[in-house]
Amino acid sequence: MSTVTATLPAFGLDDQHGTWRTFPSGRPALLVFVHEECPTCGLSMPLIEAAHRAFGTALDIWAIGQDAEGNAALIERHDLTGPLLDDSELKVSFAYGFDTVPTVILAGGDGAEISRFVGFGRDDWRALFGELAARSGLPAPELDWAAYPDSRPGCGSRAVEPGIYERLVAESEGSPLRARRIEIAPDDDVAEFFYDQGLTDGLPVVPPTPERVLRMLGGTRRDSQEVVAVVPPNLAPATVEKIAINAVLAGCRPEYLPVVIAAVEAMCTDEFNIHGVSATTMGATPLIIVNGPIRHRIGMNMRLGALGAGNRANASIGRAVRLVLRNVGGGKPGGTERSTLGNSMKYTACFAEWEERSPWEPLHVERGFAPEDSVVTLFAATGQNLLVDQTSRTAKQLGGSFGLKLEAVYHPKGHPGGDVFVAVCPEHIDTLWRDGYTKEQLRERIQEITARPIRELLADDDSGAGIPAGRFSGDELDRPLPKFGSTANIHLVVAGADAGKFSMIFDGWASGPIGSIPTSRKIEEVS
Amino acid sequence: MTTQRTATVVLDPTDEREPIRRQLAGRPEHLTGTIGLLDISKPRGNVLLDQIERRIHERYPALEVKRYRKPTFAKPAPEDLRRQIAEECGFVIEALAD
Repeated sequence: MSTVTATLPAFGLDDQHGTWRTFPSGRPALLVFVHEECPTCGLSMPLIEAAHRAFGTALDIWAIGQDAEGNAALIERHDLTGPLLDDSELKVSFAYGFDTVPTVILAGGDGAEISRFVGFGRDDWRALFGELAARSGLPAPELDWAAYPDSRPGCGSRAVEPGIYERLVAESEGSPLRARRIEIAPDDDVAEFFYDQGLTDGLPVVPPTPERVLRMLGGTRRDSQEVVAVVPPNLAPATVEKIAINAVLAGCRPEYLPVVIAAVEAMCTDEFNIHGVSATTMGATPLIIVNGPIRHRIGMNMRLGALGAGNRANASIGRAVRLVLRNVGGGKPGGTERSTLGNSMKYTACFAEWEERSPWEPLHVERGFAPEDSVVTLFAATGQNLLVDQTSRTAKQLGGSFGLKLEAVYHPKGHPGGDVFVAVCPEHIDTLWRDGYTKEQLRERIQEITARPIRELLADDDSGAGIPAGRFSGDELDRPLPKFGSTANIHLVVAGADAGKFSMIFDGWASGPIGSIPTSRKIEEVS
Repeated sequence: MTTQRTATVVLDPTDEREPIRRQLAGRPEHLTGTIGLLDISKPRGNVLLDQIERRIHERYPALEVKRYRKPTFAKPAPEDLRRQIAEECGFVIEALAD
C-alpha cells in the first residue's frame, strides 16, 4: 500500500438507485474501481460490501463500475447493498489515470488521497479495514481472512483499452475527433487497404488521417458530433465528423463540406427516400444541383463541361455524398443497392446552375428560397439523355423538340413519366428567351406536344410496354394524355458552355410520395 | 540513413458496427498438401502439438505435417519464420499452451 498526499479529481456519478454521488463529499471515502469481467474485482466485491455494512454510516464506501450491464450483474451476484457508481462512460476512470482494476483508493473528506493499492492483496485489505475502523470510530467486522488468497493481480482497466483510450484522450483534450482510429501497418499499402476493406466506390481515395479530417472540419461551424442525418439502409447516424471523413476520402476541400452536409441531410429525408432510390433495380442516384453564392466561392463548374469531368468541387461533392451512403449507411451494390445495370452517376453527379446566364428564376428561388441563399437540391436520376437540336429557331419549335425528346423518358409509351430534370444549355435558353418563353411556357409546350390519345399508348404487338389494353374503352381512348402528370414534374435549370445547342435530360425514378420527391436544403453560410 | 516505417493512422469512415481489420484468408473446403504446426514455445505446447500431429496422421494420412517453433512466446514470430511457413504450408495450427 502506498501513501501519498495528492488531491484527487472531483467527480459526480449516479449509483444504482439513481442517487447522484459527488466526491469529495466531506466524509472520508473508499473508492474501488471495478469491472465485472475481472475475477479479481469479483474477489474484492464481498470485502467492499462488508466495508459498507461496517462503516457506511460514517464513511463513503463506493464501488465504481466500468460498465452499466456489468454493474447490474455484480449487484445480483454479490447481493450488494452499498453504492455501486456507474462510470460506464469511463470519464472518472480516465481522470484517475490508473491502468488496472481493481484500484482501491482511500481519500480524506477533503478529497486528498491517503493511500491506494491495485489488484488484490489480503494484507492490504486487512490494513485498510483497520484504517477504516480508526477513521470511522466503528469496530472492524470479523472476516474470514483465511478464505482469501494472499494476492491476485488485477485486470486491465477499460479506460486504457485500445480505441477507448484514444477517444477519452480526444474528449479530455476537447478534440472534435471521436471516430475509431485505424492503424494501417507499415507493410500495408494504404490505398490497397481501403479497397480491401470495401470503403471505396472503385476509385482510389484520399486517406482520412486525423490531420486531414481536422482541416476538413474547419470548413463548418457545426459541432463535429452533431448528427446531421440517419442514413439508410442501416439507419446509421451521420455525424458532421463522419461526413467530414468521407469528404476527405472523396477528395473534397474543407470549403465544400457545408454543401456535402446539406446534401446528406436532403438525401436522408423521407421525401427523397434514398433507401428506395438506392435499392431500386432501375439504378437511381442523387443528382445534386447547387444554387446561390456558394457556387462561386468554392469554384463550382456551371459552364463548359459542367456535368463533368474535371472540376474538383463538382466531382468530389457528389462523390462524398455517395461515400456517406456507402460507408455510413452501408448501401453497397449487391447488398441493399440492387441496380440492374448501375449508372456512372453513382460515382458522382453534381453541378451548379449558371443563374447569371439564365433569364429565368433560378431553381432555389422557384423552390421558395431567397436569391442570396445557397441551396442544394437533390433529384433521383436514373439516366442521361442528350437533346440534340441545332436548327430550331423559335421557342415553339425548340419547346416541341424538348417534348419529342422527353417522350422517351422511361419509354415512349410510358405516360405519366414521373419527374424529369433538364439542364438547358445557354444557346437553347437564348432561343427560348428570344420569344419570351418562361419556364412554365416551356413546360406547357412539353405537355402539349407529348399529349397523345390513349389508344396510341396502349401495349400492342409492336411494344408490350404501354397502357394495358382494357383499362380504357370507348371515347376514353381518344383522350389525350400528356407525358407528365403535371408541369410541376418538369424541373429546369440552365448550365453549360456558351457554344453548342445540346441540353441534357435526366430521367427520373418513381415519382411522388411512393417514390422520390426532389428535395432542397439550405447550405450553411460559413464565410 | 535509415527509413523509419510507421503505421498510418486513419479515421473510420463507417458507422463502426463492423470491426475494421485485415480479412481472414478464405477457408478451403478440404485439407490437402502440407499443414504446419507452430509451437509458440510456451511450456508443454509440444505435448499438445504431438497429440494433434498423431490425430492428423490418423484422420488425414495424405496430409504432410511440418513442425515449427517460435524462439519466444513473448514476441511475434520472426518475419523469416512466417515467410517460411507461408511458403511451405497451406494450413497452420498454432498451439497456445501453459
